[in-house]
Amino acid sequence: MISLSQFLIFGAMLFSISVAGIFLNRKNVLILLMAIELMLLAVNVNFIAFSHFLGDINGQVFVFFVLTVAAAEAAIGLAILVTLFRNRRTINVEDLTAMKG
Amino acid sequence: MPVLPEVILAGMVCVILLIDPFLPKSGRTLSYVLSLATLVVLFAVTVFGMSPEVRLSFGGMVVNDPMSDLMKLALYAGLALVLILSRGYLKDRGIDQGEYYMLALSGLLGMMILVSANHLLLIYLGLELMSLSMYAMTALKRDDGRASEAAMKYFVLGALASGLLLYGMSLLYGVTGGHLMLTDIAQAVSTGPSSLALKTAVVFIVIGAIFKLGVAPFHMWLPDVYEGAPTAVTLYLATIPKIAALAMLLRLLVDGMGGLMVDWQPILIVTAMLSMALGNVVAIAQISFKRMLTYSTVSHVGFVMLGVLAGTEAGYSAALFYTLAYVVMSLGGFGMILLLARQGYEAEQLDDLRGLNDRSPVMAFVFLLLMFSMAGIPFTLGFWAKLAVLQAVVGVGLTWLAVFAVITSVIGAFYYLRAVKFVYFDEPIDRSAVNSAWSVRGVLAVTGLIVLGLGLYPSWLTGLTAQAFGG
Repeated sequence: MISLSQFLIFGAMLFSISVAGIFLNRKNVLILLMAIELMLLAVNVNFIAFSHFLGDINGQVFVFFVLTVAAAEAAIGLAILVTLFRNRRTINVEDLTAMKG
Repeated sequence: MPVLPEVILAGMVCVILLIDPFLPKSGRTLSYVLSLATLVVLFAVTVFGMSPEVRLSFGGMVVNDPMSDLMKLALYAGLALVLILSRGYLKDRGIDQGEYYMLALSGLLGMMILVSANHLLLIYLGLELMSLSMYAMTALKRDDGRASEAAMKYFVLGALASGLLLYGMSLLYGVTGGHLMLTDIAQAVSTGPSSLALKTAVVFIVIGAIFKLGVAPFHMWLPDVYEGAPTAVTLYLATIPKIAALAMLLRLLVDGMGGLMVDWQPILIVTAMLSMALGNVVAIAQISFKRMLTYSTVSHVGFVMLGVLAGTEAGYSAALFYTLAYVVMSLGGFGMILLLARQGYEAEQLDDLRGLNDRSPVMAFVFLLLMFSMAGIPFTLGFWAKLAVLQAVVGVGLTWLAVFAVITSVIGAFYYLRAVKFVYFDEPIDRSAVNSAWSVRGVLAVTGLIVLGLGLYPSWLTGLTAQAFGG
């Protein structure tokens, strides 16, 4: 039987990986989008684990909403990515330096 | 019906989206007029439904109280002014599309949900509806590389902030034993023991919430986004979302986690100090007026934090007073860029302000009033706003923090007065008269009048914000 704390550690690990992915990645904007999705999934793991072990269904309902919003967010993120690529011909994170200071 | 304004607005967003394809390519006058009409109707409906007691609906998920009523009215009025100011700019740049109005209104819907939320899920959904609309608006000018870059940065950092907030919410949900309703959380938090997990949840939630306000050190998205976005969109981003972000912060920290004030107060003190110091110092180094105003925003939200961290009714109403004053000043400030911009020219630099007095004395005087108000010079609105938050922090014994705030605002006065000097004592580079639409000049004159009028008689607004918190 997997315990609650093991689920939470798993969620925390996924969350840390995604945050590290956002800050360490210097190559590709697509990887940033993946890291953002991973972050929301880490949150979902937390919600479902709590929901199961507390016997409260609200956490799982919350997860459905998070998944829906994540889909909308990915759609907007990819749309912005397309306009960015059209204008710049690159999606390299290091090239996003037109504005500084 | 408690959510009637939200329902009307959601309907109108769909209507504006649907009629847009049938409008001629040349203009979006109908979308514009419909948007303004919607705001007028919402204003009337909200005023009609106002009452001094707290009204819960949808099983307690939605709360309507004097604070939410006042904030919603401010949101409508603010958005109406934003739309009027933006119209000419959008037309000149060929981005006067139905999307702008539709996204502005759906963002408003998100803000209204945020303001009335009494449930973690509603807070999250309201926040995302607001943020997603704003990401899309930033990228509205599709052929502009800077706007796309700004939108990408905004999107990534905004999504990161939402993720942090959500992680904090998931921990809070578990630690309080399965509660999502803010009132239940408040009860669970005040009776239950304080644990490390609860403290972690507080840290994540506070960071996620102040990220949206743009408080340092989580301000790094602000300058790039405000500079890169079309000025009409910057005007939107810089004004009314701050009201909603303040509402979110108050709902989460005060209504939800009021019992954990010892945990969140130190975070807010540190971030407020950083924000005021960094905003005011870095603004001095800017040559772009738009960027200067952005850093001034960072310092202003630091002052708003002062009111929140005081943790008293007086503090919250001072924070709301400051936010409303900030919205007026920032409407005027970014509006000045719209005033000077014309087709094919952006007028974002400080140099563009030189000799404004020779070109338009009235607008130069309005500019002077706005800058004096931002600097907090007596008998302008900004002075009373600063005074209110300072009184709130002194009232809870944090006198040293008030002294620090005053020192930073004195530093800040330098760059505001430098801008005034450019307007009054420098020779204009471009001598042509300012020929923007009368509506832009009218709205700017209104912001100047508000700043001066409420500066002379602040008691009206002070009374309203005090009432919002049952004072």
